[in-house]
Parts: sequence; C-alpha cells; structure tokens
Amino acid sequence: MSIEATPGLERVDDTDAGPDPPYLYPDYRSTALRAPGKPLVLLPHTLSELTGPVYGQDAVGALDHDLTEGHGGEPLGERIIVAGRVTDADGRPVRSALIEIWQANAAGRYAHEVDQHPAPLDPHFAGAGRCLTDDEGRYRFVTVKPGAYPWRNHPNAWRPAHIHLSLFGRAFTNRLVTQMYFPGDPLFAQDPIYHSVRDPNARERLVCELDLDTTVPEWALAYRFDVVLGGPAATPLET
Amino acid sequence: MAVEPTPSQTVGPFFSFGLLAADASQLVPAGAPAAVSLSGRVLDGEGDPVFDAMVEIWQADEDGNYRPDFGWGRCGTDAGGRYSFVTRKPGRVADPDGGTQAPHVSMLVFARGLLKPVRTRVYFPGEAANEEDRVLSALAEDERATLVAREVGGGLEFDVRLRGDGQTTFFAV
Repeated sequence: MSIEATPGLERVDDTDAGPDPPYLYPDYRSTALRAPGKPLVLLPHTLSELTGPVYGQDAVGALDHDLTEGHGGEPLGERIIVAGRVTDADGRPVRSALIEIWQANAAGRYAHEVDQHPAPLDPHFAGAGRCLTDDEGRYRFVTVKPGAYPWRNHPNAWRPAHIHLSLFGRAFTNRLVTQMYFPGDPLFAQDPIYHSVRDPNARERLVCELDLDTTVPEWALAYRFDVVLGGPAATPLET
Repeated sequence: MAVEPTPSQTVGPFFSFGLLAADASQLVPAGAPAAVSLSGRVLDGEGDPVFDAMVEIWQADEDGNYRPDFGWGRCGTDAGGRYSFVTRKPGRVADPDGGTQAPHVSMLVFARGLLKPVRTRVYFPGEAANEEDRVLSALAEDERATLVAREVGGGLEFDVRLRGDGQTTFFAV
C-alpha cells in the first residue's frame, strides 16, 4: 500500500511486505523495541542495489560443508544431510551463492556463551558451516539434527528444531537470512517466529522435506530445502 | 517459471560463531592510504544499545565502481552497541537516470528481534553531491539528516536508531 506521494520516492507500509514477516510482531517480544515504526522508503534499483559481493571457491574450505568433521570425533545425535537448490524468483539457478549455516547441537544447545540452556555441549560439534552452490544452484551440508530448546519469549516457550541459513545472491538486495524447520514439528503451533510469516503457504516454504533419494542408505537421512531468493533480478559482476 | 521467495527469519541471538568467526570489518587495512573509519552504535526504541546486532555494508570503490573483490564488510556490535569498519570513501556511482548518486555505503542490520534486516544508506558529511542526490533530495529534512554520517575525531560516526525518536530512515527495495 502506498501511503503518500513524496516527490520521487514511494513510501511502503511494512505490513504489506509480501512473504517476509513484518518488523513488528508482538507475539515475538523482542520486536517491540527493535521494529522500525515508520513507513519504509522504496529505493530505486541502482547499481548499489543490483550488485553484491562475489565469492569463489577460495571462500570456503573443503570440509566447511561438513559440520560432523574437524572437531576431533563424531558429534552425538542423528547425522543428516541437508541439500537443495538456490534459485531466483524466475526459477533460474543462483550459482556460487555463499551459504552459511549455524545451529544448536543434538541436545538443543548452541556453542555460544550466551546460551544458558542446561543441556550438554558436544566437544565434537561447533555447529557452523558454509558452502557455495554449484552451477545448478545446488548445495549440500552434512550435520546432525538440532534439538529443540527453551527460550524466554513466553511461559514454557520452546523453539522448534531449526537450522539458521544466511545466503548471498547475485545482488545485495537478494541477501537472505532465514531458518529451516523440520516437517511436522509439534512445536510449530506455539512458535511466534515461525508464525511471523503470516501466509501459510510462505510458512510452508521454511519447512524442509524428507528426501529419500538423497538419503545415503545405512548412513544418513537427507532433507531437501530449496531456497528462492527474491528481489530484483540482477546480472552478476564479472570476475 | 516464477517461484515464490523464501521468507526471512530473524538471525536470532546466537549467530556470532557462525557469521562472525572471521573478521570482515576491515575493507582496507587501518592506516592504509585514504583509509577512513566508519563506526557507530545500533540503538533500540528506548535508546539502549543493541549489543547483539550484525552490521553489513556494501559499497563502490573510490572511483565509483562496484567490484567483485572489494566493497563488502561485516561487523558485530559490542556491549555498547558499537560496530566499526575501516574502509575507503566510495566515489559517485552511476544512476539509472543518467546522472550520478552522491557517495554512499549501503548498510543492512540484522539482530534478534528483527524478523528481517533493516536497510539504510550512509552518506558523507560536507559532500556537495548530497544536494543533488536523487534519494536524499526526495526525503524530508529530518529523514535526510538520519542518513548523513558525522565527522568525529577524523572518522565517521553513523548511529542506527531502529525505532522511536530520530529513527533512521529505512528502505524497502
């Protein structure tokens, strides 16, 4: 909804912002003091919006996609593969997209000093990984299924199990930070972060699917999570 | 075939080990020729520091060109809500209308309590080109003032006020 005609630039009401959550979502208490209160100014799409950092294979290490490696032993928990494709809003693959992930361990505890949940840390699990998409936009991580954990948003509040993802598309406007959930989680019903995406179809796009085709028999179940980066279509900077 | 975008979710409180393990706050080394510090605080609706935010910037080089190998930075905020970059002042960037834009740095702020990042621009103080910039000149004076950094002790200070009095002007794209 356009609020007023200021010369040159339109104002946009945040409550009509497409699939993304609104800034102010009272059920998620932390939004109360951090959500902008004024309408947003719609930016023209200049080179500043249509370009973004470009990553090459040197941006990630050979084992960075495997969160079960590199920490002196196998982490506890259910080993899983998380794989999928990154495309733009026209369905075209986004290649060389940098994906960074971080998550709690199988017990629901983050390797972060602020996390006080009385669940064990796992010395063999740091919980962070990164990778680049290939020419078809595909990516693949190996990790363990994160546990649910409590937080203080409301009485007896628990976050559904989730993996955080950060993605760079072709342009700085495509930048996306999101969370991937697991199918059928009974904690969805009481989670305001999940429900902050108001359109049920859009919410469904935050939930991965069990993928038996990618599952490695007798080793690890696979979950498929495809990501669509919105924003203006852009031509990548030539490297 | 058109497909629907994946919605945003908050970065939450526990991202630092995933996103801030490598320092990406110096686009050029401190003390390099023409290096300029760009720092400031992220503040909430009561003026309290947002101690668990992440600030990302994207900018052109000093000639006004966007390059694949320069221009992106990332910095977490500290207990006082402060972030700090070392960079170079970008040049004027071409505008699709055929003119040029005043030098500016694009900025995103992510934090717990932000279900999607806020997007703003940092402009430079005392810059004649600010008067002709298409974005700045389309804003009211008080909105414009929130987008121009202050020169403090040889560096640039730019506070991001997420909400309330003096809220920073934020953009949609």
